[in-house]
Amino acid sequence: MTEILLRVIIGGIVVSAFAAIGDTLKPKSFAGLLGAAPSVALATVVLTVKEHGAMYASIEARSMILGAVAFFIYASVASRLMIRKKWAALPVSSLALLLWLGAAVGLWFGFHRLMS
Amino acid sequence: MKVAINLAALKRSKWQEYFVRFIFGGAVTAVAGIIAKHYGPEIGGLFLATPAIFPAAATLVEKHEEKKARADSGRELRAHELAGVDAAGAAMGSVGLAAFAVVVWQLLPRCPVASVLGAATLGWFTVAVAMWLARKIVWRGVRAKIRRRWHHPRITSEFSGRKQSHP
Repeated sequence: MTEILLRVIIGGIVVSAFAAIGDTLKPKSFAGLLGAAPSVALATVVLTVKEHGAMYASIEARSMILGAVAFFIYASVASRLMIRKKWAALPVSSLALLLWLGAAVGLWFGFHRLMS
Repeated sequence: MKVAINLAALKRSKWQEYFVRFIFGGAVTAVAGIIAKHYGPEIGGLFLATPAIFPAAATLVEKHEEKKARADSGRELRAHELAGVDAAGAAMGSVGLAAFAVVVWQLLPRCPVASVLGAATLGWFTVAVAMWLARKIVWRGVRAKIRRRWHHPRITSEFSGRKQSHP
């Protein structure tokens, strides 16, 4: 329970800090880079290394590459729907999370099938 | 447009908005840890690249732009487009996120955590900015090409009645 609480606090602080930096930047396309900041990873890696060791965290980072590819697909689709179709941000960015999840898990299975 | 820092923009956000980001960020970080514990590091690692704050950030960009448009009646409402531009930036940032992951994956078993995270963050920033600059340069080229095609010297000179330099 303490570990989860610690993750919530550290994760909240790191994510909010990156979001605040993003708020101050112009133009919007440059500020958007901060939307894909490694905030969750920065908040998690130290705790993971302390608890499970460096090798465990390294395996997590390897999978994170696939998560980042899924993030690229997610953000590209969301951007297109908002600019071209003029759809509102909240439904697009929330529903597209399912696309991110599908892409991340699909890439992971594809990668493992390829390696085995 | 040049990159600039506007600290006054921090005052535009209300404390509730910061609170929402804190809760979102904290929840996603905790969930990533719980998933790693249940399903192992290979599945858990995927969630280190979750679009943690993106839905909240894009919604705030849209809200702020709508507020500005309401305050200034002459201003064109383009809230969705601005949120979309923010998302396009995030897509470029995600390439940097992959670079961050590669650095951590390769260096963590051999080097101290603090230096690995420092190098990885620098890698993320460098790759993300390089992607942003590359996109800007490519777009500038595409726009110039379109302009040249639409305002071809031969066509415009024929329409304007000027004498052509080429036969």
